Amino acid sequence: MAEIDTSGGGKKGPGVKKGKKLSTRIDLTPMVDLGFLLITFFIFTTTMSKPKTMEIMMPSDKKIEEKDKTKAKDYCTMTVLLSKEHRVYYYIGLADDPLNPPKVEVTYFQNKNGIRDALIAHKKKVYEERMNGAPGHKPDDEPVILIKPDVNSQYEDMVNILDEMQINGISTYAMIDITDVDKGFISATEAANTGN
Amino acid sequence: MPKHKLPRKSTHIDMTAMCDVAFLLLTFFMLATKFKPDEPVVVKTPSSISDIIMPENSILLTVDPQGRVFFDYDNKKAKAILIDKVNTEKGLNLTDAEKESFKKGASFGLPFNQMKGYLAIDPINQKNYSFTGIPIDTVYTPDVNELAYWVQAARYAGQEAGAPPRICIKCDASTVYPRVKDVIKTLTKNEIDRFNLVTSLEAIPAGSAAALERDAPTPAASAPKTN
Repeated sequence: MAEIDTSGGGKKGPGVKKGKKLSTRIDLTPMVDLGFLLITFFIFTTTMSKPKTMEIMMPSDKKIEEKDKTKAKDYCTMTVLLSKEHRVYYYIGLADDPLNPPKVEVTYFQNKNGIRDALIAHKKKVYEERMNGAPGHKPDDEPVILIKPDVNSQYEDMVNILDEMQINGISTYAMIDITDVDKGFISATEAANTGN
Repeated sequence: MPKHKLPRKSTHIDMTAMCDVAFLLLTFFMLATKFKPDEPVVVKTPSSISDIIMPENSILLTVDPQGRVFFDYDNKKAKAILIDKVNTEKGLNLTDAEKESFKKGASFGLPFNQMKGYLAIDPINQKNYSFTGIPIDTVYTPDVNELAYWVQAARYAGQEAGAPPRICIKCDASTVYPRVKDVIKTLTKNEIDRFNLVTSLEAIPAGSAAALERDAPTPAASAPKTN
């Protein structure tokens, strides 16, 4: 039906060609192609649409007796403060000595020279000191990261810093509330930076 | 010499069987696919390297950029128990049709006093409702804090239905931290310390500890490196 007879209509040779019996077979290749294309599409959309999640364990809110509490050691600890505009402030130690405030650094979430490098450096330092048997260091010391998001930080920052823990293989970390002391550090650093 | 002609074999293969298989699989996948329910808000989740797939039978708390909280639970059986419990305890006077609407419905974010009005709406128009979010109080006990109540009641209902749920938080990347903290505090104050955060997947940075662990999944790789 769809074919056009191009033979010209007239007799060509001595033997008139008889109307060829058309095969009833249809080439199914394109149909198979289409079928598999759709299958691939459905497989991808179903498995890709499953959301991925990150597991998080918050410090328990139950009252813990003083002796059962895990004390973060000053030299193992790094405190990370999350602030506005995706800024990250960090310092080594617990900052529990008001006379000797820690050196607060400011950085961002970036692949080079960002918070990741600071975390790697801290982890390396803790392991090195443990290896060298520095005075007061125990052989089971692990780097501890305290994460304190400020009120003007965003959820993205929180996920990013938790992600950094996973990226850098740091197993001991906790997300806790920011203190006024830490807020003071942020504003002091900010003031120092704008002054320059 | 007579020419020997080999009989020419056709190169055509019968595709019918292959076609059958293809469409059988296609039908299977189409039927097995669950359609994603309509969500009342669009949430852009931040990305992380974790690739844990969201567990089945989970309570999903969605937090939008304004901090409104929405509740969803993907277990229909537990949802039926849940709405019965909420109906009696909070005195909502729901009809059977409204309960059915709750069972089939998607994510919602409303205080209790608006529940009846919302469930009476035609399911197609439910997503256009102007949600105010589930109220979170600064007191985190379930009798005051509505979100805490929903979570507690849903966990109870899940237990009844034979599958204790896991809690997932899906929050927009630009939500300010205090709003997120309210939700997290509501959970931790009610002794839920472990939950999942819904994130989108990103690549593991090359050379990082996580990348090393992935490339060498031996016990030595996960042990602390001493260099």
